[in-house]
Amino acid sequence: MSPLLEVNGLNVHFGAHHAVRGLDFSIAAGETLALVGESGCGKSSTALALMRLLPASARLQGQVLFEGRDLVTLPQPALRALRGNAISMIFQEPMTSLNPVLSIGQQIVEVLRLHQNLSPAAARQRAIELLDLVKVPDPRRRIDDYPHHLSGGQRQRVMIAMAVACRPRLLIADEPTTALDVTIQAQILELLDTLRRELSMALLLITHDLGVVGQWADRVAVMYGGEKLEQGTTGDIFLRPRHAYTRGLLGASLSLDRGLHYREQRLLEIDASVDPASGVRSFALGRERQRSRVFDAHDAFSLTTRAPAQAPAGQPLLRLQGLETRYASAHGEVRAVDGVSFDIGHGETVGLVGESGCGKSTLGKTILRLTEPSAGRIVFDGEEVARLRGRQLQPFRRRAQMIFQDPYASLNPRHSVAAILEDALRVHGVAGRQERERRVRRIVDRVGLPATALHRFPHEFSGGQRQRIGIARALVLQPALLICDEPVSALDVSVQAQILNLLVDLKQEFGLSYLFISHDLSVVRYIADRVLVMNGGKIVESGDHDALWQHPTHPYTRSLIAAVPTSAFASGLGQRL
Amino acid sequence: MKPTNISDLPRTRVSASPYKPRISVVPPAASDSFSSLAPPATPWWRRLLPGRHVTVEAAARRPAGQALRLYLRNPAAVTGTVVLLLIVLMALSAPWFYPGDPLDMVAQPLLWPGQDPHYWLGTDSLGRDVAAGIMHGARASLLIGVAAAAVGLGIGTLVGACAGYFGGRTDTVLVRLMELFQATPSFLLMIVVVSIAAPTITVIALTIGVTSWTTVARLVRAEFRALKQRDFVLAARSLGYSDSRIIFREILPNALPPIIVTTSVMVATAILMESALSFLGLGDPNRVSWGSLIGSGRDMLRTAWYLTAIPGSAIIVAVLSLNLVGDGLNEALNPRLRSRTE
Repeated sequence: MSPLLEVNGLNVHFGAHHAVRGLDFSIAAGETLALVGESGCGKSSTALALMRLLPASARLQGQVLFEGRDLVTLPQPALRALRGNAISMIFQEPMTSLNPVLSIGQQIVEVLRLHQNLSPAAARQRAIELLDLVKVPDPRRRIDDYPHHLSGGQRQRVMIAMAVACRPRLLIADEPTTALDVTIQAQILELLDTLRRELSMALLLITHDLGVVGQWADRVAVMYGGEKLEQGTTGDIFLRPRHAYTRGLLGASLSLDRGLHYREQRLLEIDASVDPASGVRSFALGRERQRSRVFDAHDAFSLTTRAPAQAPAGQPLLRLQGLETRYASAHGEVRAVDGVSFDIGHGETVGLVGESGCGKSTLGKTILRLTEPSAGRIVFDGEEVARLRGRQLQPFRRRAQMIFQDPYASLNPRHSVAAILEDALRVHGVAGRQERERRVRRIVDRVGLPATALHRFPHEFSGGQRQRIGIARALVLQPALLICDEPVSALDVSVQAQILNLLVDLKQEFGLSYLFISHDLSVVRYIADRVLVMNGGKIVESGDHDALWQHPTHPYTRSLIAAVPTSAFASGLGQRL
Repeated sequence: MKPTNISDLPRTRVSASPYKPRISVVPPAASDSFSSLAPPATPWWRRLLPGRHVTVEAAARRPAGQALRLYLRNPAAVTGTVVLLLIVLMALSAPWFYPGDPLDMVAQPLLWPGQDPHYWLGTDSLGRDVAAGIMHGARASLLIGVAAAAVGLGIGTLVGACAGYFGGRTDTVLVRLMELFQATPSFLLMIVVVSIAAPTITVIALTIGVTSWTTVARLVRAEFRALKQRDFVLAARSLGYSDSRIIFREILPNALPPIIVTTSVMVATAILMESALSFLGLGDPNRVSWGSLIGSGRDMLRTAWYLTAIPGSAIIVAVLSLNLVGDGLNEALNPRLRSRTE
């Protein structure tokens, strides 16, 4: 039987940039193929190339056979008849993929009437059926809603309804759940799999998330730098990976079942390098701590300014008591943080998990006094800081810092790295240019950036390197407490492993305490000593890093854990095999 | 947010590579010496501008360098810049070409352009040289344009920055103030002020500036409201930076592109305003400006139309070139419009 889609020697060029290099793969009818890789590996370019949706500046070569017809050379009218009809696509961002000025019903009806000869009434009836199919509750009423009435998960369901409206034979899903919460992600993937079976369509799932792949894909193709490195059944890829990069990706990935913890094992780091002469890529894997250059004793980061002995024994570094943050919104008062109390000990890492909108970021900002607390106490190292004003806050500011989620937004694009770091020291009265320079150089080296980074500007760095700059900025003042607000959520798996390893090293070296905020349970399981679960502005459960995952008591915690994609291969239990 | 957006891919790669070889690259060893980190090496005003501590290497790769290349590739913008530079050159060299007072009567009245090669742009009803008037008038017009724009820019940036950054009650009060100024007919206000005070260049520039700052203030306020939500501002606050430091050093450099664009339009508007005042006879009586030349020629519009047409053309050319410069800056500095020129 010939495959539904066969891609032969696909190449995509953007000017001088060769985004996809000689890609071959095929999908059979009713099959799920996952295209896995990190950002910039060419997986999204591939998806757009299949639909011929690339920008005009891109050059496309190769053969894309869909049911025997070559999509690369197909004339536009024939192509338009296929798009949205026989092949359709869903995108990552449900918030922007729907037209905000049309009701969702109008948007589904438009797709239906474009490809099928339906009367308006029949199309509307079919749209209601489709909304029911994608499990939007009360479709008869919701059909006239506008996109802003719907949540992110519901919008993605509407996108899926539009995509499957004409019963496509192939559905391309480009990171369909990356922007969604973990419980919603599970529902959407379940829905896609059900639709695949019911409509017997093939699914090309493009993702960076190996957990998702392990649970839902039949076959996997791993991409790096525009090339396909390896392809095989999901079982082969997970249990018998042949390529070093695949092994590295698997080793760098975290899953809830694997139960790794930072005290026991470092994460695998992938070191990709290209031989400049031959252009051949090689991948080195390692768990070893990369030793920074040795500095003599005079150059060592002076931690003597803050003697650890000052801290009275038994007293936590941070104690929150009944902390509340309220703000006014269009629907009345919102309690973003609602009576939160917990401690963080010296040198402890506390993980804070919860879904978007649960108030975890607001809590982080409130602790740092970036958002005003409405009630409650924040006791930092024995001192109440919740009511301090103006210059009284400066000592606290020096000792409590934040690492942000988005490494692109958190660095001022107009300042060089040296200026960013040196300003912080100058504001806190570190006198003497040479002293400031010494500290800046030391910290830049410590977070694993070259000294040449100092005079460059944020946009010249990759996402992972920018996150290192953000960490350097937080550490340059030698704080005691770091609030990490989703510090690895915007990063690729391999970069995530490097940053997590770095955070672990720095914690041991400088005796830091972390409040690690994340929506990713597996990351928190790895990095945290103790875990708090937040829902609706309240801490609903807290527990030891092992106990919480194995014996969750609160129903919300249980639903969170159940929603995490369980890789059938990591635990050795085959759900679908 | 996973950066899988396809449109991001080509630009980041492309922008880095093709321009590097053209620029003389600072060797890594030189930038490795920490010395340029020292702020005294850069004058204070340079720190406000985008790209401080700039090496040649950095300038080539930074957005500022890219914007400059885009600007220089835009023929309309280059034309505008060249014309504008010629007008500035003309204004600067006026005393050298025409050393006397342009208000002196030097020849027979109402010579048409070309009639006497020595007075190639002709003379007016009192026998004053029109060419001398145009060149000296450029000085007054440009001076007032630039000074008024500077005043408007200063007030507008300060008020807009405070309103946008502090928000709340400060914002409410300052926005009411802006509305007050916008609701006042600005030209009438100018006429009143100039009639009461002496119509010197300083008074006129100040008056135009004071009536035109609201545009800048609204723009700066909007930019600040958006930028203050960004994480790097949050990071600055968590590092304990003072409000003034955050406003001027963290946010303002990021808000500069639209401000720069507005400036050119403000200069043009100020030149037009001054011309209108002088046309009504409310300008500085002791100085020639393009507006006053038109004003003195208006009585002879039927018989000697060149007396209004020549300074009128000068104003049109100056304002047009300023607008071309403004459009060019807008396209070069505004990333959303960039795709058009690329």
